[in-house]
Amino acid sequence: MISIENVSKWYGKTQVLHDCSTRVAAGEVVVVCGPSGSGKSTLVKCINALEPIQKGRIVIGDAVIPAPASKLTAIRARVGMVFQHFELFPHMTVLQNLVFAQIKVLRRSHEEAHARAVGYLKRVGLASFEAKHPGQLSGGQQQRVAIARALCMDPACMLFDEPTSALDPEMVNEVLEVMTELAAEGMTMMCVTHEMGFASKVADRVIFMDEGRIVDDCASDQFFGGTTQCSERAQRFLSKIISH
Amino acid sequence: MNLSLDWSVLPAALPFLLQGMGFSIALLVVSLLGGLLLGTGLALMRLSSNVLVSSFAAAYVGIFRSIPLVLAIFWCYLLVPMLIEAVRGVHTPIGPMYSAFIAYAMFEAAYFCEVIRAGILSVPRGQTGASLALGLTRAQTMRHIILPQALRTMMPLILTKSIIIFQDTSLVYVISVSDFLGAATKIGQRDSRLIELYLFAGVVYFILCFAASKFVEARTHRKVAT
Repeated sequence: MISIENVSKWYGKTQVLHDCSTRVAAGEVVVVCGPSGSGKSTLVKCINALEPIQKGRIVIGDAVIPAPASKLTAIRARVGMVFQHFELFPHMTVLQNLVFAQIKVLRRSHEEAHARAVGYLKRVGLASFEAKHPGQLSGGQQQRVAIARALCMDPACMLFDEPTSALDPEMVNEVLEVMTELAAEGMTMMCVTHEMGFASKVADRVIFMDEGRIVDDCASDQFFGGTTQCSERAQRFLSKIISH
Repeated sequence: MNLSLDWSVLPAALPFLLQGMGFSIALLVVSLLGGLLLGTGLALMRLSSNVLVSSFAAAYVGIFRSIPLVLAIFWCYLLVPMLIEAVRGVHTPIGPMYSAFIAYAMFEAAYFCEVIRAGILSVPRGQTGASLALGLTRAQTMRHIILPQALRTMMPLILTKSIIIFQDTSLVYVISVSDFLGAATKIGQRDSRLIELYLFAGVVYFILCFAASKFVEARTHRKVAT
């Protein structure tokens, strides 16, 4: 489904991604973790070309990045993305947030877009919130709307960039539950997160990154199972974030 | 003190004054719409990564923000017909009214360019990312996601500026266009009742502008409260 091949990226002269390669099979859930500044968010943003890459290539289905600007919108429309800060459009109602791109990008009729939006809102448990503005919702509710917005586009896969990092602790679970359901339904997912509980329960594979490199890329029971299966760097990282 | 004021000239003068007010309001609307439209274009140009485009806009803003409005009015009055003549080869007087419209729209555009640019920069960058990630183009993102938020943020400034523009419309007297104040002046001079007419004009400006600024204030506070 997603194939990342020898991707390198620079910001000016600073190299932020070093020769990263990995694959995500259809229906697979891959968690990307690592210390801050390790390039995990950058890597995920490269997959829908929000960040350009200077070397290597990324294949999503039959689309290849780098691609000319004219093809990027079609690629992005097929890749759902959820952000740390939700990024709902504050000047639109929840419903407008969900239908806007369906109409503008996929050229769906208002009725069809509306029906789909209502369906997905129901699925994330926010059926009665259509007419509200994002500012009236809690963080957890906003993030669930953001997930619904991405799903409305019928994405082939979903990217999550620290979807729970900006949430109050009591709201983390409602978002993780939606993501877990999505994974159970067979959605292909790549998820940057520090939620190791979610990673060990839901992820098929875990990628550990440090300093712009993929250090570990292994099955999640391997990653969390023994102490010897993953790299020493990853063990240190794990012991730090799990100890408290 | 012997103040002998004679208000009897007012009733007869009202239709002419109203006509002047009509022009003042038309000029306000044209400078607002034209200024916002042109200003938005300039703001987008200033934010362009193309150095030529952004420096053109910067130069435009720099020039118009550094000259008095009166000078801009004169320039348009004298230069625009010359430019049209140079292009079309025919002498085409456009009249003081239209040159006033053009002068105000171009002058206010420089101000609105800066306002809208600040508004655009105040929208979090993640909004652009989210919009692009949904498959929207850069142009769609700017028009439907970023600009509406930028304008909304800047609405108090835009409204306050509208009040100032309304007051500044009186400057068209320099090219003998009769706005409200110009009409008051003409009647006052004709009937030798300048003091009465200017007092009346002052009261009208005060009522309109004071009410408008109260409205802006109320609107701004409501925004902060919610």
